[in-house]
Amino acid sequence: MTFTPTLSKDVLELSSRRSYIELNARDRARQLLDDGTFHELLGPFDRVESPWLPIQGIVPQADDGCVVAKGKIDGQPAVVIAMEGKFQGGSIGEVCGMKMAEAFRLARQDNEKGIPTRAVLSLESGGVRLQEANMGELVIAEIYAEMVALRKYTPLIVVITGPTGCFGGMSLAAGLATYVVMTRQARLSMNGPEVIEQEAGKAEFEASNKPFVWSVNGGAQRYATGFADVLVEDDAVAITAAVRDLFRKGQPAQLRTDQYELFIKRLSSLDTSKQWTGEDIRNAWKENAQ
Amino acid sequence: MEILAFEFPAAAEKARRAHIGVVGSGDLEILMDPSTDAKTHAKIQTSVAGFATTWKAVLERFLAQHPEAANIEINDFGATPGTVALRLQQMVEVSRS
Repeated sequence: MTFTPTLSKDVLELSSRRSYIELNARDRARQLLDDGTFHELLGPFDRVESPWLPIQGIVPQADDGCVVAKGKIDGQPAVVIAMEGKFQGGSIGEVCGMKMAEAFRLARQDNEKGIPTRAVLSLESGGVRLQEANMGELVIAEIYAEMVALRKYTPLIVVITGPTGCFGGMSLAAGLATYVVMTRQARLSMNGPEVIEQEAGKAEFEASNKPFVWSVNGGAQRYATGFADVLVEDDAVAITAAVRDLFRKGQPAQLRTDQYELFIKRLSSLDTSKQWTGEDIRNAWKENAQ
Repeated sequence: MEILAFEFPAAAEKARRAHIGVVGSGDLEILMDPSTDAKTHAKIQTSVAGFATTWKAVLERFLAQHPEAANIEINDFGATPGTVALRLQQMVEVSRS
């Protein structure tokens, strides 16, 4: 007698899927680039690591938690920058931040020279690295400036999948992106839940209440309220395809940052005397769709 | 944080370059390069001080199986000896692939 497994369609589909969330930064960059085109710049053996962490008794990482790779996406030259969320919470220090800013700058220069170069930023970040605070903040300003300069030439795509999510300075970087791709597992917010709870109290924001946290800053909510353009499953192939399709789509009619009047209108319609739920915000956004 | 350095006799055969791991909680990063002086040099930066003897023992056990001459740099964020041994093994596999 032979045993025939009767697995449901959902289980079979899940088991054939390759998680993007579980990939480290290097494998994420490799995944987003066309097969065999991955070429890392300033990799671990170049040993450009944080000079500030060891002084403060913290073990550095040889690539400072930022992988910069050149290659191709859909046959076109591309640069992918991927943050490693497991190293210092994906925080932006002087070295990893400068790697990011310079990668954007070089991509812009290539575009100016007539080499159309695409750019993707895969983020896992808690924001600026507190141990390198001032230098981190300065380099984040450079990152923003380079993003704004580069996105004139090519769509600049930010991918946020979790588990860390995207907070602090890098949440604003996501705001500057041409397109944002998110999963349900991902979170995108200026202040992290723990920070809000610590500063404003449990009544304002209960960081341990996961459904509440995700209802405010999770990928599904961010997609529903126009902060993300594509919502995908945690599937490496699907995420790669989403990025490729956005590049094929090309530049949008209007950048998110140029829609500031609409966002101001929506924000001013909020009654801040009461606690808003994720659903309230979706409704308020619908009422002010234009 | 503690910085440790060890030197071991090695085989004439040189190790091949490999990078593995992440400096995340309970994990470590290893960079391996071929050594030029027929010795294996290990430099360890670890977030947990006071375990020099354990590090030496884990490395000696590893090198008994893999005596290729190498410069091994470890950035450790509190990995257990078991995790260290697994990462070292993985590094050898990556260097041969």
